[in-house]
Amino acid sequence: MTLEDEVGVLRRIPLFAKVEPSKLKLLAFTSQRMVFSKGQELFHQGDPGDAAYVIIEGSADVLVDAPGGQISVARVERNAIVGDIAILCDVPRTATIKALSEVVTLKILKEQFLELIAGFPEIAIEIMRVLADRLSKTTAELTTARNKLNELGY
Amino acid sequence: MEKNLFRYIWNHTRRDQVWILFVVACSMPTFFLFFDLPKQIVNIPIRGLGFETPGATVTFFELNFSVPAWMSSSGQLNLFSGFELERFSYLGALCMVFLTLVCINGLFKFYINTYKGRLGERTLRRLRYELIDRVMRFPTSFVRRMKASEVATMVKDEVEPLGVFIGEAFVDPAFLSGQALAAMLFIMIQNPWLGTIAFSIVLFQAFLIPRLRRRMLEIGKERQLQARALAGRVGEILDGVSEIHANDTSNYERADISNRLNRIFFLRYESYRRKFFIKFLNNFLSQITPFLFYFIGGYFVIVKETLDVGQLVAVIVAYKDLPNPIRDLINWDQTRLDVQIKYSQVIIQFASDEVQSVESQAVVHGSAARLSGEIAARNLGVSDDTGAKLIESASFTIPLHQFTAVIGEVNSGAEAIGEVLARLLPPTQGQIKIGDQDLYKLAESVSGRRISYVGPETYLRQASVRDNLLYGLKHAPMRKPEYTEEEEEKRLWEISEAERAGNTTLDIHGDWIDYEAAGLSGAEQMDERIQEVLELVDLVDDMFELGLRGLIVPADEPELAKRIIDARKLLHKKLKDSDLANVVNPFDPDKYNDQTTIAENILFGTAIGDAFSEDNLARNEYLLSVLAGNGLDTVLYEMGGKIAETIIELFSDLPPDHPFFARLSLMTADDIPEYEALLSRVSNLDFEQAVPLDQAMLLKLSFAYIEPQHRLSLLNDDLRTRLLTARKAFSLGLPEGLAGAIELYNPESYNARSTLQDNILFGRISYGVAEGAKLVHDAILSVLKELGLRPAVINVGLGFNVGIGGKQLMAVQRQKLSLARALIKRPDLLIINKGFAALDANQQTQMVERVLNGVKNSRGEAQSGVFWVLTNPNLAAKFEQVLVFRNGGLVEQDTPMALERKESHYSELVAHGK
Repeated sequence: MTLEDEVGVLRRIPLFAKVEPSKLKLLAFTSQRMVFSKGQELFHQGDPGDAAYVIIEGSADVLVDAPGGQISVARVERNAIVGDIAILCDVPRTATIKALSEVVTLKILKEQFLELIAGFPEIAIEIMRVLADRLSKTTAELTTARNKLNELGY
Repeated sequence: MEKNLFRYIWNHTRRDQVWILFVVACSMPTFFLFFDLPKQIVNIPIRGLGFETPGATVTFFELNFSVPAWMSSSGQLNLFSGFELERFSYLGALCMVFLTLVCINGLFKFYINTYKGRLGERTLRRLRYELIDRVMRFPTSFVRRMKASEVATMVKDEVEPLGVFIGEAFVDPAFLSGQALAAMLFIMIQNPWLGTIAFSIVLFQAFLIPRLRRRMLEIGKERQLQARALAGRVGEILDGVSEIHANDTSNYERADISNRLNRIFFLRYESYRRKFFIKFLNNFLSQITPFLFYFIGGYFVIVKETLDVGQLVAVIVAYKDLPNPIRDLINWDQTRLDVQIKYSQVIIQFASDEVQSVESQAVVHGSAARLSGEIAARNLGVSDDTGAKLIESASFTIPLHQFTAVIGEVNSGAEAIGEVLARLLPPTQGQIKIGDQDLYKLAESVSGRRISYVGPETYLRQASVRDNLLYGLKHAPMRKPEYTEEEEEKRLWEISEAERAGNTTLDIHGDWIDYEAAGLSGAEQMDERIQEVLELVDLVDDMFELGLRGLIVPADEPELAKRIIDARKLLHKKLKDSDLANVVNPFDPDKYNDQTTIAENILFGTAIGDAFSEDNLARNEYLLSVLAGNGLDTVLYEMGGKIAETIIELFSDLPPDHPFFARLSLMTADDIPEYEALLSRVSNLDFEQAVPLDQAMLLKLSFAYIEPQHRLSLLNDDLRTRLLTARKAFSLGLPEGLAGAIELYNPESYNARSTLQDNILFGRISYGVAEGAKLVHDAILSVLKELGLRPAVINVGLGFNVGIGGKQLMAVQRQKLSLARALIKRPDLLIINKGFAALDANQQTQMVERVLNGVKNSRGEAQSGVFWVLTNPNLAAKFEQVLVFRNGGLVEQDTPMALERKESHYSELVAHGK
């Protein structure tokens, strides 16, 4: 996969959709391509976060630690970005990401990511949008869960 | 030490001085003959005195002596009647004599100078040795007050001028004053009056010059001290360089150095002024004498007519021999004063009488008797240098082979007791005994072998890990080295020289390792014992990693090199069969390696030296000629252009300090404008038209290009094939002159320039494989284990040079190594004084457990007593007995169980430590 292909992949990611191609090329050039084989972890819950990953190929499981062991809470696919929360908020990884197949990623280091946000307001807005989207989804799910609990009489 | 230099020289070189005096005396007759001969050659055969009639002969080599009448009736004793020679033969004979005298004189000079030089160097060697010997016998506290760099400059530089002087100390004054006296006597005989004038001027010089010199001596002394202090300050600057940076005091230090240099400068300047003034005065006085002769003598000749011309000329001729020896004598005297000052200024620093006796450090070849019994302190008191009391009358008795913990707050006396027991801090009152012997009266051959000490600071010598580990076993040469006959002869000479200079004759090249003390029967068991000790202190993995990063010389260790090649093959085979196949890209002579640079693919080897280094590569003529051979120079030049264009397109808008530049491996931010200018310069030029510098700049970019890393899709299979052809051409045509500049990769041979690990890997780890390095490392470990190569790799790790003071190791490793060194000699008593500060709490606990278990034998009996001054009081519970110190006093002594139960200082300290 060449730099041009990677730029193509990045453009298809909603987060980067509005960034000019030359900047995406720069991002692709300065970030590292990382291949994870099936079963390997991209990162582990609780570890300090140093990078976000854009998934170019393959899919991965999002796992969180629960009292009974790890449970899968979601699945991420091609074009998704993972690991952004830890580097945005400077908190340890909130989940474990485990490759379900061979996963090709673009590793964007923390400074690079923050620099990108500072340099391109479009990206910052896009991230806000994605995060808000996630938050509203989570809120909706929380409401559903609460209602279910109420129905069950807790 | 002898405070008077002359007595020192005389005591040690008496016989040599007399001999050299004798030899010089013997050389005198030929010397004077030699001076007389030219006159004879000119007068007799050349001017023809005695050859007035044709065919006349003159007697040559007649040995005729005047003797008293009772020996011979004629008053002459004729030993040899000589040869009758004609004029030209006579000239020939005299010239041959001249030639012979030249040779004899030259040989005398050669012999005398060599002898004097050797004599001086021998004495210098003795002096230096004695100084160092004393340093090692001074009390530790005394040595700690000395500045290392000052001592070094004293031993090395300040005594150096003595070497030259010693050979001349007695010979020169004897002969110079002899010559001066002879000349003076001759003048006196010619004319007592004029003689008296010459004599009184010499007396005046002898009176005046010492007075003028007095200040010179002070300056000399001052200068020496200043220079020494400068050396001390330089040492301090080096030692404290981090403080200088941390406090921005470099300019303060500069001012200080400048001030010191200033003082030295003005001292030297003043000394020059005085020295050359004295010289001037000397010259003046020696020139004034002939003036007086001419004037006064002339007066007597012309006016009074009491002196005849012949006599006056004779006096003046005789006088020309006087000033030279006088001047040389004065010079000699100047040197004498100089070196005497130097000597006394050095000696004064080493004069302390507080030296240990020579016997206490005597060489003992056998093993030392084991210590046993109890450690008994009676009324022990210790003060530091300032007189502050560290321990006040502590008394305790503990069995030697027991595990004792000492705890206490800082300055409670706990640390001090560790030092007292290690014989580093002599008690100021009371006594400490081991068994029935006073600890401080033990010979070092007992204490140094039977007691081990690990202090809070570790000091490692700049040597290999192994040498440091075995340092504590090197008390005496145990076995002679194997010498060839030639070496043996040389060694005997070295020994006799060492003896003459009062040096030790112990052979540093012998095997000093005391295997018996380490509990071994011979060298072959040492590796096992080292392994055991390393495991005990948890250093095995560290050594293994060091070994993997180490270099070996395959010629010295062909067996290991061969086994590493086996490991390489096994690793490659295993990787091929596993799912790691894509992680490593092995170096294959017939394949282009995508994971490394284009340059490395062409060179296919490790550069040695500058010829093929990264910076010079693009200008290397041979490499360029290889590239030109198949048109690659143009291709790579154009590729460099494309790379530059892409980078400039991406980066030119960014400010130079933008963090993205950190991710750019091919250029730095500073290069961007340069390449921008270059691109506009060469935009319409092809390779041949561009100037060499521009060619090189673009080639440099393509040389460093790695497709999977930079991903500009600049490589295709056709280009790969062409680069492979270039690789072949490069190695085949490598000129002899460059053969040493590169070590080519060969799958079948060990690459001496690469680490052990790189030799096993023999390839590159692919870019972008998550945890690739770790996966490969694990694979290497398993291969080494399978082949049983772990011990061999650890062995390579043991050869790692720890650097100055062990700085190449991490602090934890240094501390562990010093513990290993203490353990390997199987001491009767192991003292650990607040060591292991670099370990975290968990590791410290483990270390205590490891050590306490480690000194037990298989039946669980303690082989060494352990006396541990703990940093963490919580660990005291693991010991059999605890000593608790507070405010310089021993306040509690009992088992930890007993102390835990009651309201004790112990419980308080433990509670505090948690």
